[in-house]
Amino acid sequence: MFKTIANLQIGEKAFIEKLCLDNIPLKLLEMGCLPGIEVQLIQKAPMQDPLYIKVNGSHLAIRRETAEKITIVK
Amino acid sequence: MSDDKVVKVALVGNPNTGKTSLFNQLTGLKQKVGNYPGITVEKKLGLCKLSNTIKAEVTDLPGTYSINPTSLDETLVLDTLLNEEKESFPDVIVVVVEIENIKRNLLLFTQIKDLKIPTILVINMIDQMKRKGITIDVKQLEEKLNTKIVLASARKKTGIEELKFAILDYKKLDINPISKITDRIDKDYFSRLKNAFPEFPLYKSWLLITQNNEFDFLNDTQKQIVSKFREDLGCIKRYQHKETIFRYQIINEVLKDSFNVDKTKASDLRGILDRVLTHKIFGYVIFALILLFIFQGIFDWATYPMDLIDGAFASLSSWVKTVLPPGTFTNLIAEGIVPGIGGIVIFIPQIAILFTFISILEETGYMSRVVFLMDKIMRKFGMSGKSVIPLISGTACSIPAIMASRNISNWKERLITILVIPFTTCSARLPVYAILIALIIPDKRVLGILNLQGLTMMALYLLGFTAAILSAVLLNSTLKIKGKSLFVIEMPNYKIPSIKNIFYEVVEKTKAFILGAGKIILAISIVLWFLASNGPTKFKNAEDFVTSKQENKNLSEIMLQKKVASYKLEHSYIGYMGKSIEPVIKPMGYDWKIGIALISSFAAREVFVGALATIYNVDSDSENPGTIKQRMAAEVNPDTGKKRFDFPTGVSLLLFYAFAMQCVGTLAIVKRETNSWKWPILQLVGMGLLAYISAIIAFNIFS
Repeated sequence: MFKTIANLQIGEKAFIEKLCLDNIPLKLLEMGCLPGIEVQLIQKAPMQDPLYIKVNGSHLAIRRETAEKITIVK
Repeated sequence: MSDDKVVKVALVGNPNTGKTSLFNQLTGLKQKVGNYPGITVEKKLGLCKLSNTIKAEVTDLPGTYSINPTSLDETLVLDTLLNEEKESFPDVIVVVVEIENIKRNLLLFTQIKDLKIPTILVINMIDQMKRKGITIDVKQLEEKLNTKIVLASARKKTGIEELKFAILDYKKLDINPISKITDRIDKDYFSRLKNAFPEFPLYKSWLLITQNNEFDFLNDTQKQIVSKFREDLGCIKRYQHKETIFRYQIINEVLKDSFNVDKTKASDLRGILDRVLTHKIFGYVIFALILLFIFQGIFDWATYPMDLIDGAFASLSSWVKTVLPPGTFTNLIAEGIVPGIGGIVIFIPQIAILFTFISILEETGYMSRVVFLMDKIMRKFGMSGKSVIPLISGTACSIPAIMASRNISNWKERLITILVIPFTTCSARLPVYAILIALIIPDKRVLGILNLQGLTMMALYLLGFTAAILSAVLLNSTLKIKGKSLFVIEMPNYKIPSIKNIFYEVVEKTKAFILGAGKIILAISIVLWFLASNGPTKFKNAEDFVTSKQENKNLSEIMLQKKVASYKLEHSYIGYMGKSIEPVIKPMGYDWKIGIALISSFAAREVFVGALATIYNVDSDSENPGTIKQRMAAEVNPDTGKKRFDFPTGVSLLLFYAFAMQCVGTLAIVKRETNSWKWPILQLVGMGLLAYISAIIAFNIFS
């Protein structure tokens, strides 16, 4: 199984490997979520959803279902 | 003055870049808010003097992360910048970026630069530079981005004059794109596109084919070419992704040498605040306390100015009668217009307090944390974390609240939010609640500190929210709409709110409400007064009829006058209207006078109090009008001999006003926002039935 942003622990960093382009809104890319970029999980909301991430200098919150479509490598 | 030259300036930028602060600095009080034709997005325009002969007309466009829109507000930015025929098409665009998020903010700049319109880049919040350890090489950046750069701090008022000079000089700006990004994506494809629209800049043509909406300014042949290109959707999507990746590559390249951050200087205030404010327990506790504080403000602090206003208009009414000669005109002013205006002015304290709080929470960046905390919970009810702000705004007025739901990109979540917002206790209900509570709930304290009347008010708020949540659950399970989720929100840095921005926001929101709802209230007040002081034959012959009656022969002059007035009201036009609906409203415990108030408040709830004021004003001893509350308390139910506004009737009225959809303004806005009559009709019928049935049940239980 691929690791995705949803598998990160709080504070953990990784690099974005691939975004499943058919399901990812263009907006997420435009806000700086791009392949090869470092991503850090800052905080999880109660009930583990949404996820608060730092990517490319931006601080964003995305839903778990979106995070599960972004695979990562260490 | 009319010879003055006007330069049209469009202010564009990501949210949270201080764009609005800059707008306020440039234009000051010379602002006006209008609507874009056809849609209800607010258009903020302001004038700014550039030199003795040249002025700038500045438009503050809605904040957006990209030129590719994901919401109605953002579509407007694209529309304004593409349609050259429109009056609002700018001579020069000012793109505002924030120093700390410059990388992401520049994406929008590189897109706009490709449109070949003169563009100035403002780097805002430079006062933060030193503290954050940021250094920047402006000359190099200007060269690489092929633009004029202005360093500014809208809050510290620096760079404003420099920006004005840059705007004056806009004709000297280089309009060439930064780099030929389209060649890197697919040279052949884009040269085909260029040949298809030789009259447009290439990037404009690309935007025309990547959007879903129709562009009215295109002719039929152009429209055909657009739809031809749109057929290959997969290709467009792939190229859009590539475009974004390339743009970031260029931005990284540009910033590599000219922008530097010394990471050791970064403070972790954001981290600490985030850990507390989004904590799974403290986060909710803090949010609950803030809400409690806001409601305290609305109920407690606002009552002082509201009582003053209520009293002032009552005295004004009597004063008018003593000063002006008696007659129809004086009555129109004293009994129609003055109480009507009073009914509008009385809302100002509550609306101003609520919007002050909301804009402080938005300015500080805290609202995004609330969205983050509440998203999962709200999704259980078919809504989004972004529904929280509209639902809170709904406690002021449903109209701006429904408009605030526009940034919810999932249609089903947005629709449910729009449909349930009118259940939240808006300020128009407050005067109705306040007066009924004062009449039926004793002003006592329980447990030493809690005021019984305040608790009742709190209970009514909770009732409204509960009704909203339960109907959302019901709608979520019955509506069959599928939509893609586009939930991506920025968590901005925490900021100290700017008093100036909050002030402008509050003034603007209050003004919009007063002018919008105010017109309806005033017009209805005058119509009501007319209907109550005119009538068919029996009304005209009232005096003769009453005096000639045997039983009235021995009455004093004053008592006789009262009898006449009462008889007149009963046989006025509005008296007949109220009587005709009496059979329908009797099960809820109401008489024809309350019926009149119900009819009038179907335009807007707050008219209830104004209508009763007019009715009892006409009905009472006109030498001494007194306040509305006193008059209502004195009213007796002739059938039972008890007070008209007793406990069962009061509770029944409270429930009716809590649930019924009695606001023409809201219905109109729901129609516009959903583009269908289906949803406002559903609200009107559904909420009306709920109100009617629960009022009947309550009245029968308590009597």
